[in-house]
Amino acid sequence: MGVSFAQIPERPVPARLVNDFAGILNNNQYESMESALEKFARQTSTQILVVTVADLEGYDKADYAYQLGEKWGVGQKGKDNGIVVLVKPKTANSRGEVFVATGYGLEGVLPDAIVNRDVVNNEMIPRFKEDNYYEGLAAGISVIMDITRGEYSADEYRQKVEAGGAAGIPFLIILFAVLISLFGRNRRRRFYSPGRSLPFWLAMGMMSGSHRSSGSFGNFSSGGGSFGGFGGFGGGSFGGGGAGGSW
Amino acid sequence: MKRIKIVLLAVVSAFLFSSCGYNTMVNLDEQVTSQWAQVENVYQRRADLIPNLVNTVKGYAAHEQETLTGVIEARSKATSMHIDPEKMTPETLQQFNQAQDGLSSALSRLMVVVERYPDLKANQNFLDLQAQLEGTENRITVERKKFNDTTQQYNAYIRQFPRVIYAGWFGFEKKSYFESREGSDVAPEVQF
Repeated sequence: MGVSFAQIPERPVPARLVNDFAGILNNNQYESMESALEKFARQTSTQILVVTVADLEGYDKADYAYQLGEKWGVGQKGKDNGIVVLVKPKTANSRGEVFVATGYGLEGVLPDAIVNRDVVNNEMIPRFKEDNYYEGLAAGISVIMDITRGEYSADEYRQKVEAGGAAGIPFLIILFAVLISLFGRNRRRRFYSPGRSLPFWLAMGMMSGSHRSSGSFGNFSSGGGSFGGFGGFGGGSFGGGGAGGSW
Repeated sequence: MKRIKIVLLAVVSAFLFSSCGYNTMVNLDEQVTSQWAQVENVYQRRADLIPNLVNTVKGYAAHEQETLTGVIEARSKATSMHIDPEKMTPETLQQFNQAQDGLSSALSRLMVVVERYPDLKANQNFLDLQAQLEGTENRITVERKKFNDTTQQYNAYIRQFPRVIYAGWFGFEKKSYFESREGSDVAPEVQF
């Protein structure tokens, strides 16, 4: 194997889940796919990254997808629940290639054979063959979502997201915050630190009257610097799992 | 004289343990060990797929007895090789590699033979196994690479000054890498 491969693309800033480097999606398609993937990531913490490239730069498609996932850190650290969907469209003189790489933590629920049959061969490739890239991706991704939905809950993550919408939770958080401030004086500094003290932070937001609708999560996390609308890539790890095909 | 030696040793080792990277060496050493476990894991995964694969192929291609036997023999050779990462030497690693390579090439011969049986290639069970096998080959590539990376970190750490002087006293020796020889880390060609 050669050594002088071109570089795997850098992680985009701000982080996006749809990266159409090959330019096969139009604006509407991009927007709707991005928002569907971000929503899924917020609900389940499972991150599905879509990358299209015009050229695999000499890499094997499985290797390319693996390296993207590993380098960008798709999925949450510890859960390793990231998925990379890599598409290289067919051109006049090269085959189309697709590979779906699964993070360590999803290898159980999404075994290679399932990815190969139910996602790649049944949903994606037939549509890709007709140049319907968006439909193929959407159909394949919705199968992935159906299968992985139950695997990881968003736990604390969901709380962050939905706290704005649900009626009971803010009250509980305020109560919690009050209790903390009453009984936890000596540890107070910890809760004021700007780090990961989300519940308290949220509670402050509630109390100051700035009501957030559940739809405005994008604003919420844009305060976090490198965070995208889905919380940014979480540092998940990949082990080479997944399947792909060509047409 | 002996007492002075002991005291001196205690002082020196306390110094070393706390500030000169002993803990980091232990950490890196453990990482290499656990990464080796991952490597054996994915090879085992491949070995576990083979009985099923052989049975499926047998149903369609009974004439290919020789190729099938070749795969089974290579498999048993490969699964009999285990390396204790603590006692790994370049030689044992090479033997391990050879045994696994033997299995890789037996498998790729099988995949070539399979081309002649269109019924088999249309069999869903076979297609699933094929996808799993491909995925496992990818995993093997990844875990070997991770093993080499971890080993490289460890080796670089213990061979840097000043640790190079005393790493050996505690039994931290340079560890060996997977050498990616010609074709050894290329997955068997699986044609559709």
